[in-house]
Amino acid sequence: MTNPIIELKRLTKTYGGFKAVNELDLTVNKGEIFGLLGPNGAGKTTTILMMMGLTEPSSGTAHVCGFNATKDPLSVKRLVGYMPDSVGFYDTMTALENLMYVGELNGIPGSEVEGRALATLDLVGLSGDAIHKKTGAYSRGMKQRLGLAEVLIKDPEVIILDEPTLGIDPSGVKEFLTLILRLSREKGLTVLLSSHHLHQVQQVCDRVGIFVKGELLAEGTIDTLSNRIFAEKSYEVHVSLANVVDLPWKDEAEMLQLEAVQSVRVQDQLIGITSSKDLTPDIVRFFVHKGYEVSGVQKKEYGLEEIYERYFERN
Amino acid sequence: MKAIRDLFESHSSTSTETRPHPFWVMVRKEIAGHIRSWRFLVLLLLILLTFWGSISVALGNIREVVNNVKDPDRFFLYLKLLTTTEGTLPPFHVFLNFLGPIVGISLGFDAINSEQQNGTLTRIMAQPVYRDNLLLSKFVSAVTLVGSLLLTLSLLMIGGGILITGVLIEAEEVFRIVGFTILCTVYVGFWLGLSILLSIIFKQASTSALTAIGIWLFFTVFYQIIIDLIVPAANEFSETDVIRYNRQVLNLLRLSPSQLFTDATTTLLMPSVRSLGPITMEQMAGAIPSPLPLRDSLMIVWPQLSGLIAATTMCFAASYYLFMRREIRG
Repeated sequence: MTNPIIELKRLTKTYGGFKAVNELDLTVNKGEIFGLLGPNGAGKTTTILMMMGLTEPSSGTAHVCGFNATKDPLSVKRLVGYMPDSVGFYDTMTALENLMYVGELNGIPGSEVEGRALATLDLVGLSGDAIHKKTGAYSRGMKQRLGLAEVLIKDPEVIILDEPTLGIDPSGVKEFLTLILRLSREKGLTVLLSSHHLHQVQQVCDRVGIFVKGELLAEGTIDTLSNRIFAEKSYEVHVSLANVVDLPWKDEAEMLQLEAVQSVRVQDQLIGITSSKDLTPDIVRFFVHKGYEVSGVQKKEYGLEEIYERYFERN
Repeated sequence: MKAIRDLFESHSSTSTETRPHPFWVMVRKEIAGHIRSWRFLVLLLLILLTFWGSISVALGNIREVVNNVKDPDRFFLYLKLLTTTEGTLPPFHVFLNFLGPIVGISLGFDAINSEQQNGTLTRIMAQPVYRDNLLLSKFVSAVTLVGSLLLTLSLLMIGGGILITGVLIEAEEVFRIVGFTILCTVYVGFWLGLSILLSIIFKQASTSALTAIGIWLFFTVFYQIIIDLIVPAANEFSETDVIRYNRQVLNLLRLSPSQLFTDATTTLLMPSVRSLGPITMEQMAGAIPSPLPLRDSLMIVWPQLSGLIAATTMCFAASYYLFMRREIRG
């Protein structure tokens, strides 16, 4: 499936001397859900703004739906729905009025706009009295839904969501992401979402890119990413002893001779052993055999959070 | 107000069959937003009160004014309604001299920065609309509102005048009053342009409002004082020098928009005003104290009007320059 709908080539943005985005190359294919992951200030929003033609790149190009986002932003904006990280609405207008306004700005004829607005609101799960309420009284979760409705009313090919899960409660996040997943699959939408919560978006993303300090460190499916980490540093067992170990540890060489052990780290009472296989029973047996008083054994597992952390640590 | 609102709402439902240009969609939304806001209601009340106050004072004195044989303008009944005063309350056009800036500033001081603060700016900019359309729609909507408000008031005054006095209005007076309305709208437009510019420069709405009021105060209060300080005392000069200095002082004063407005309204509403600067005895000799025809009054007003339009355009150009390349992130 190689049908690129978003193509960024050596995209760079500098603010003064600070490089917010550094020579970013990224391709997102049609119909996939791509997660742009990174800590705050990594340049995710800047990248998205450049894709929408809302910020000029310092160098490089951004093509979305075949249009150059910098030179022809209007064509891009017609086909791409963008929800900013802090969605705001005109507080004195009702949800329906807000949505109809955006619909009209997108050139939907006045005779259709109300019907389409109502249908879209229904799609995102806003109905009843809520749609005639002023948006000033809306909760964060409802605003997020209205934001999604606004993105969808223009019937886009691509939707870009900047931190869509920010500030909503865990059940709301799950519901919201399921909604995005369903819409994407039903309508064949390409979705690009940015977040700093890996575990929240891992359930919906086909592919993720880890983005730190303006650079894309890794990109691929979550499986590929975790395999890459596992290949390097798979299992880690921490053994706590009752007594402080003298340095250098006399049994270190012998430990390293055990099959699959990669490295040993000793610090006071704590010995950390990494291996390419799960060696916990062998390690415990080794210590018991040598007559150490083992007070605790902890096997460290590499979840996706750790992958994420590890990538950030390294930089 | 309800009627105005209905007008716009019915307009929105009738013009629905054609696909409206995004710009007009924005203008309509802005106008609807203004009309529904408390701010506009307060301004409307202020203007209505001053209008009512000054016109009722004028109506009370109109008989004496029209019978005053020495006044060459006494036959322009409706212009007299706008300019007559007995001293307790200034006439309407003088009121507008300081009400205009307030209206302009209050309709524009938070035009862009409030959108940025609320996070609506990014959302609107992500729609397929040109960036400058937003700026222009803010300006056009407020000017349309002010223009129609002032025109309505003028027509009300003419209608009321006809009912009360029974004197029919003359074509020249109509043109002069319409000219006055346009002038007022341009004057408000200048302050509106300035406050929109400030709303782009400052992120906080309160800062931009305060700065706009500061500029206004500077021109109404301090500017004159500063000019007086700069120009040396007149008593040590010969007559020609005095005239020269007077002219210079006037020209400096005319850098202030309110001075331009005063000059222009005075000429339009008082047809006997034939010059805005000092006149020498030779120039006065042979002149009959009679009202000027409309065309000549317009000729006198023209530089003032174009000055105001130029100032407005400058503010607007600066707004464009700043806004077009601005980071819109909230």
